[in-house]
Formats: sequence, structure tokens, C-alpha cells
Amino acid sequence: MLKLSQLKYHQTALVEKVNNEDLAIKLFEMGLLPGIEVELENVAPFGDPIAIRVGDYKMCLRLGDAELVDVNLK
Amino acid sequence: MAAELKIALAGNPNSGKTSLFNALTGLNHKVSNFAGTTVEKKTGTFTISDNLKGILIDLPGTYSLYPKSADELVAHDLLGGEHGVDVVLFIADASNLKRNLLLLTQVADLGLPVILLLNMVDVAGRRGIFYDVKVLSEQLAIPVIEINARNKKGTDQIRQVLLAKAQWRITSYFTVSPGDKILADTIKGVSQKRTAYAALQSAINTVTFKGAGFAEINSMFTAHAFNSNAFQQHEILERYKVIDRATRAARSEKLTANNLQLTKKADRILTHRIWGLFIFLSVMFLVFQAIFSWSKYPMDWVEHAFAWLAHGTEVLLPAGILNDLVVHGIIAGLSGVMVFLPQIIILFAFIAFLEDVGYMARVGFIMDKVMRPFGMNGKSIVPLIGGMACAVPSIMATRSIESKKERLLTILVTPLMSCSARLPVYTLLIGLLVPDDAMLGPFNYHGILLMVMYLLGFAAALFSAALFKFFVKAREASYFIMELPGYKVPVLKNMFITLYQKGSAFVWGAGKIIVAVSVILWALASFGPGDEMQQIEARYAVAGQQSNEHLSAKKNAEKLEASYAGHFGKMIEPVIKPLGYDWKIGIALLTSLAAREVFVGTMSTIYSVGGSDDAAGIDAIREKMTTEKDAGGKPVYSAATIISLMVFYAFAMQCMSTLSVVRTETKTWKWPLIQFFYMTGLAYLAAWGVYNLLV
Repeated sequence: MLKLSQLKYHQTALVEKVNNEDLAIKLFEMGLLPGIEVELENVAPFGDPIAIRVGDYKMCLRLGDAELVDVNLK
Repeated sequence: MAAELKIALAGNPNSGKTSLFNALTGLNHKVSNFAGTTVEKKTGTFTISDNLKGILIDLPGTYSLYPKSADELVAHDLLGGEHGVDVVLFIADASNLKRNLLLLTQVADLGLPVILLLNMVDVAGRRGIFYDVKVLSEQLAIPVIEINARNKKGTDQIRQVLLAKAQWRITSYFTVSPGDKILADTIKGVSQKRTAYAALQSAINTVTFKGAGFAEINSMFTAHAFNSNAFQQHEILERYKVIDRATRAARSEKLTANNLQLTKKADRILTHRIWGLFIFLSVMFLVFQAIFSWSKYPMDWVEHAFAWLAHGTEVLLPAGILNDLVVHGIIAGLSGVMVFLPQIIILFAFIAFLEDVGYMARVGFIMDKVMRPFGMNGKSIVPLIGGMACAVPSIMATRSIESKKERLLTILVTPLMSCSARLPVYTLLIGLLVPDDAMLGPFNYHGILLMVMYLLGFAAALFSAALFKFFVKAREASYFIMELPGYKVPVLKNMFITLYQKGSAFVWGAGKIIVAVSVILWALASFGPGDEMQQIEARYAVAGQQSNEHLSAKKNAEKLEASYAGHFGKMIEPVIKPLGYDWKIGIALLTSLAAREVFVGTMSTIYSVGGSDDAAGIDAIREKMTTEKDAGGKPVYSAATIISLMVFYAFAMQCMSTLSVVRTETKTWKWPLIQFFYMTGLAYLAAWGVYNLLV
């Protein structure tokens, strides 16, 4: 098991769970749910935030928040 | 008279909501704010049929009914309240349907009929995603219409469904558990919501944002052992189950290699460590150049047009106080308003273009890490850089920053960036300090000092934001979770409508205040206590009938001294003495409130030099200033005084146009007042420090 923040470029993984209650609501709303496929697409020039593909679309989040998301490599 | 139908337009950000709003209502709309908030409320009208008029209210684009800021709650009152809307048009991005439908199911559960408008079907198709509209409509049990907001496709069908009330459906997608239902019914007794879900949803928001009735609802939550966080997580997951089922039945996929390819490739370059930064800096440089230098020509046209108008009025109206008021008060004020329009239009043309293309989201993405320590957002960089040309359009541009706190911090510090109005002041003062052709090594000394002034402004802006971060309260946690939309070709019509909105918002909002203040400033400079003014007039009337230019310049200088502005300068002399200034500079500080560059004009009046606009005029003022001696015979404009003045102009809030825009953007006088005092206080302390260090 990995943290979402540990994904490497173009690695695909399935979301396991979000380890913060408030963040979980935000991410669930955005469609980042347990079981969904995510892929690391871009890292901002200064190393943070990161852009990931969530299902059909692309979203960004800060590394600190990505650290709270557990994922399993596909 | 035609009957009216009240319609809310809801949807996620980037779903094409604005395009559809523009397609339906065109320019038949007005932009205001939801009562007591800074959330933009657009209301437009359109014809549904000969005897039915649609009133369309654009709701803020959100991902769910649990908003990030308390302000957005007011918008929800339209949906949940008793006097709400008749029907909801819900626009959804077909290329990302599941996430879009989450909000739809929540809105439907408030007990309102919802019509789903499936937008961007072409984008989805290019990614190999197709939906059967009929199946989707059956699955969701509501009318579904395929539209294209960008070319008006489907707008006729929207009208048909709005006419056919029998087709509307109030549907529920989420069942409140029996335990929570008891709580919901208790709350419903107080809040008069239509459904159990609506009662809980509004109660949760009340607790989150400590709204009206907080204590009462919080105790109800405790009494029922209600965990709102767990409820929300459960609710969202349940909704996604329903959405999954409905979309799976209606969805078909054709694998294409083209899946998200273009955006993916573009982002690889546009957010690249080196290329991404390079392109970003180039775009920002272009924006700065455009507001800074391209705007010069249209601004000159505006100024010339008003100068012509002023001259014509001066000749046509009989001489006297009315003539003076119209020419030097009102027309000057109007000119001061209109002269900003070119900069506003240029900046917003860029912003609207970058937003429509999809690049603005990347700007935030690229700069987020840099701006975060200062309590701002990646998107704050656009107003800050724009502030180097003019704070007025830049502060209007902070609307793209979603977080209220980050937006407010950006508004507070943007005027510290050295704007173009400071440039003539710096040019005049730097010229007093070092000769025009002085070199420092291979560089022109002037250029270096000018750059130092720009850096000083930038540093002050970041430093102040880092400080304000601790004083501006935020009820929302700072996330940077947002969609990075696919790149698109922009729609020109949307850009024009944005420009029209921003232009008229400025003229009718801030413009009124600017004209009023410029009339006051005119009065202060034109009238004086007692009969001093009349005495000067009389003296010069005796001195000779011939209109000698030198004589009239001297007369104007004496009149300015005798005016209220002159008395004000003398009154504040003790306060500004520690900074190295005399009462003449005091007058210029006051008149600079109209705009900082007025400093130059006031100096030319005080030192009775006619015509300050050309290079020769500036040289003449410089000469007068260099030879000016104080009572003790020492030069007034010593190096210490000049540098102190430059520092003062770098930091002080001397722009009524900025203050009035801050007022219209924050909906309160509190923030412009805070801004005025903190910036002017900072300017005073810094100028005082510099002066005492150097003298």
C-alpha cells in the first residue's frame, strides 16, 4: 500500500481510503472515492501540488492532502 | 403581461454554465450580489413563449451543497427556501458526468423539479464516452436534454420542457435513515424546509459556518447523537451508488486512442518544470506589457476626448463657479473614471481568454506553492502582476480566487505593487536625485533605481500578506482541490459579455465614488477660508488686464496656497516635518488622492510652472524644486527628503479609485479603511525611518 503522494509519473492505482474526515468529504465530492482509479499526471514546477486523473477527469491537490490518501498500485 | 417562471441555473464549475446563461439571456441580464455577500448573482430574462417569460438566476458553480464559504449558503436559500424557484435547470459536463450528477441528486432532494442539460457531449464523444439520453432520463426519472451551450444547440428544447410543466419531476435519490429522520423533523419544525434532507443539509451548514440559530441546532445534534461528518460521507457514497447504476445503464464506450490526449500532451509542456515556468512567465510578462504599454494609446484618446470636452464646456458656459465645477470637478472626475476602462478591458480580455481556454487553472497550479507561505493562492499572482500596471482592474480580477481569505489578502496587498501612476512621480524624483545620463557600471542609474522601487513594492506586498495572514480569519480550511479542465477553443461571445460586465460594473460601481471624491478635491483646491481667494483675484485684476502666462501661473500658485487644500498642507506640516516635507508637499499629498500622478501637476502649480505634460515641463519643475530653499536657507529637496518621498509614494494608499473598487468588491467600507490606514501608516514609518537614516 502507498500514499497518493508517493505515486510516480503515470503510475495507476486504486483508492483505498482517506485518513481525514473533512478531507474525505471534499475528495468524495470530487469523485475521488474508495475503489476509483487514479493516475499521477503532472507535478507542479515547484514540486507541489500534483495533478491526477480521477476516473474520467483531471484534478489537482496539494501534496500534504495527498499524503492522507491510501492507494493500492494496480 | 406575460406570466413569469423563476428558474435556477445550477451546475459544477467548468460545466458550461456561463456559456448557457449567455446563450439564453444575451445582454438581458444584470449582475449583482446575493444579499449581504460578495457572491456574484447574475439574473437574466428570456422569452420562453409569447406569454411566458423566464427569469434565470445563475447559482455559483459548486461541487456540492456543502459549500466552502458561508457566502454561498445565501445562494442555496433560493433552492431550499419557501420563496425559492419554480424549477432548476441543471447543466452537466457529459465528459465527467458522475461527478457532475452528485450535485444534481442533492438539488433534487431539496424537493425541487430538476431538468438535466447534458453539455459537452462532443468532448465526451471524442474521448470515446457516449450516453443514451432516453435511458439516462428513465434511470434518473427526470427530463434530460442534450445541449451545446457554446452554439445554442438545444435551447429550443429547453423552452419546450419549461412550457410542459407536466413533464417535470420531483425525484429523490437519497433516503434519510429513520433515526436521522426524527432529527430532521424536529429541525423542519423550525426551518420550514420541504424535505428531511433539505432540513439536515441546511442544519449541517449552519453548524459548519456558525450561522443564525447555531446554538439551537448544535444542541439538537448533540441530543440526537448526530455525527454530521459521518452523515455526509455516507450520503455522498450512497449517492454515487445511485449515480453509478444510472450512468452504467446509459453509458457506452468506444476505446479511442484520443482519450484526453490533447490536454495530457499540452499539460506535459505547460506544467513542465522548465518549459511550464518559462511559458507562465512569458504569459505574465505579456499581460503586464499589455496593461502597461498597449493601454497608453486608448488612455491618451480618453484623456484627449475629455480635454476637448472640458475645453468646449469652458468656452460655452459662462465663466464662473458653475463652469469651474463642471470643468474641473465633474468632467475631470468622469475622465478619471473612464481613463481606467482601457486597462480594465485589456486585463479582462486576457483573463477571460485564459480562463476560457483553461489556462487559468494551471496558473494557480504552477504558483500555488510559491504563494502559499504568504497566505495567498496560486491565482493571486495574476492580480499582483496586474497591480504593477494598475490596481483597479487587478482587484476586480481577484474574483477568480475561490477562497475568501486568500482573495481578501490579495485585495489588501495588491495596491502595494508599484502601479503605472507612480511612474511619473518616481521619474520626477529620481531625476532630482541623479542626472539623467548617470551610469552605474554598464547600467543606467535611473533604471536601477526604478527597479529598486518595483522590487520594494513587491517585497512589501508579500511581507504584508504574510502578516495579514494571522489577522484575517477564515472559517474554511485551505484546500487546493479543483478540476483542471480540458483545454478548449474560447468562445468570443463569452469574452465580450465578460468585458461588458466588468466595464459597466466599474463605471456604475466605483465610478460614482470617484466622481464624488474628485468634486470634493476640486472644492478643496478652489475655495479657501475667509476672503483670501478674492483678495488674490482682486490684486491680479489690478496688476493688469493682459493675460500674461507667467502672471496667471503665479496667481494659480497663490490661490492654491490660500485654498482649503493649501491650509490643509500647512495644517499637516508638523506631522510630515519628521519625514522631511514642507507644507507644499503636504498639498501634493492631498491632491494625489485623485491619482498619484497628480503629484507632478500639483508641483507645477505650486512652483508656478505652466504646462507640466511635456519633458520641458518636467525639467522646469525639477529646476524649481532643486533651487527651493527652506527658511534656514538649506535646500528643501535634499537627497534624504527625495528618497523619503519616493518611499512614501511606494507604500501610501493615495488612490481613491482603488479604494472605491475595494469597497465595491468587499461590500463594506471596513476593508478600504483598513487598507488606507495600514498602507499610509507603513508609508509614514518607512519614510520617517529612511529620512532619519539619511539626514
